[in-house]
Amino acid sequence: MNATMDKPLERLRERAAAEGLLDVAYATADSPFGTLLLARTPRGLVRLGLPSEDVDATLAELAERISPRVLQAPGQLDEERRELDDYFEGRRRTFEVPIDWQLSRGFLLRARQGIAAIPYGETRTYTDLAREAGNERAVRAAGSACSRNPIPLIVPCHRVVRSDGTPGLYAGGVEMKKRLLELERNS
Amino acid sequence: MTELPPFQTLIDEHAAEVMAVLRGAVGREGAEDAFQETFLAALRAYPGLRDARNLRGWLVTIAHRKAIDHHRARGRAPVPVESVREEVVFDPDPADGEVWTAVAALPPKQRAAVTLRFASDLPHAEIAAALGCSPAAARRSLHEGLKRLRKEMA
Repeated sequence: MNATMDKPLERLRERAAAEGLLDVAYATADSPFGTLLLARTPRGLVRLGLPSEDVDATLAELAERISPRVLQAPGQLDEERRELDDYFEGRRRTFEVPIDWQLSRGFLLRARQGIAAIPYGETRTYTDLAREAGNERAVRAAGSACSRNPIPLIVPCHRVVRSDGTPGLYAGGVEMKKRLLELERNS
Repeated sequence: MTELPPFQTLIDEHAAEVMAVLRGAVGREGAEDAFQETFLAALRAYPGLRDARNLRGWLVTIAHRKAIDHHRARGRAPVPVESVREEVVFDPDPADGEVWTAVAALPPKQRAAVTLRFASDLPHAEIAAALGCSPAAARRSLHEGLKRLRKEMA
């Protein structure tokens, strides 16, 4: 896209937002782990793509599951980006941006809301999580509430670890999970 | 039904071309507004679109409707044009870019006549109505425009 299109496209984004046509606005954000993808609806942050995830596939999925009106609109995600920057630098312990939970249902929704309530610097086991979501035996489902968490970092599934104390798996890689837990221990 | 790709894909792939087509159809000054109207109309209609196979043709067709609106709004004695057909009538080859650059350089009346005729496939009477002139004047603008283009492209 050539530079002469920048201004018309900026105006288009503003008008689309003003007319309520921005069903899904997305932007990228730098992080110590690589580029993150942030996507929000008028209700709040709906998806955070880790560096390990394919951007095009993620956007196609949002188009299919939420609305095909998916537009790149960095200005719509300034607050999310700011809070994440602060978090990575150890200056922020809780996130305040609103969350849109529409990609989670039933047990997975309850489990993920449970994850969102785990305080900074603490951990829970998958069994704890299953119990708190109302089904102690659903440990495997609790695992997929984490592994397929649409909003990692902000819904801190990295704080869910195995009963033996080892970190367990992470969609962004075990190394990332270890570093996040370390960051929270030391800040 | 094909799945609709994220709307951003349409912008990334076709926005520059739609802008070029509109510059040809309404001139540099009107193009920016017509561009906004085109993409907002597309964005509004997008979730209901049933066929994702020719998104570029769909966008360019909307652009031509907006170009006609623009000419009608500025026409001296606008006469209602019969409803503009819905199907894709214009699907320019990207290799035609050079032609459209030459079209953009034509005087306004000639430029509009040429674009309405060949891009939107309107008959002379409707071109005349859109431009707010007589059919004979529309025919003349078209003829002059084409003559000039042939000379330019030769």
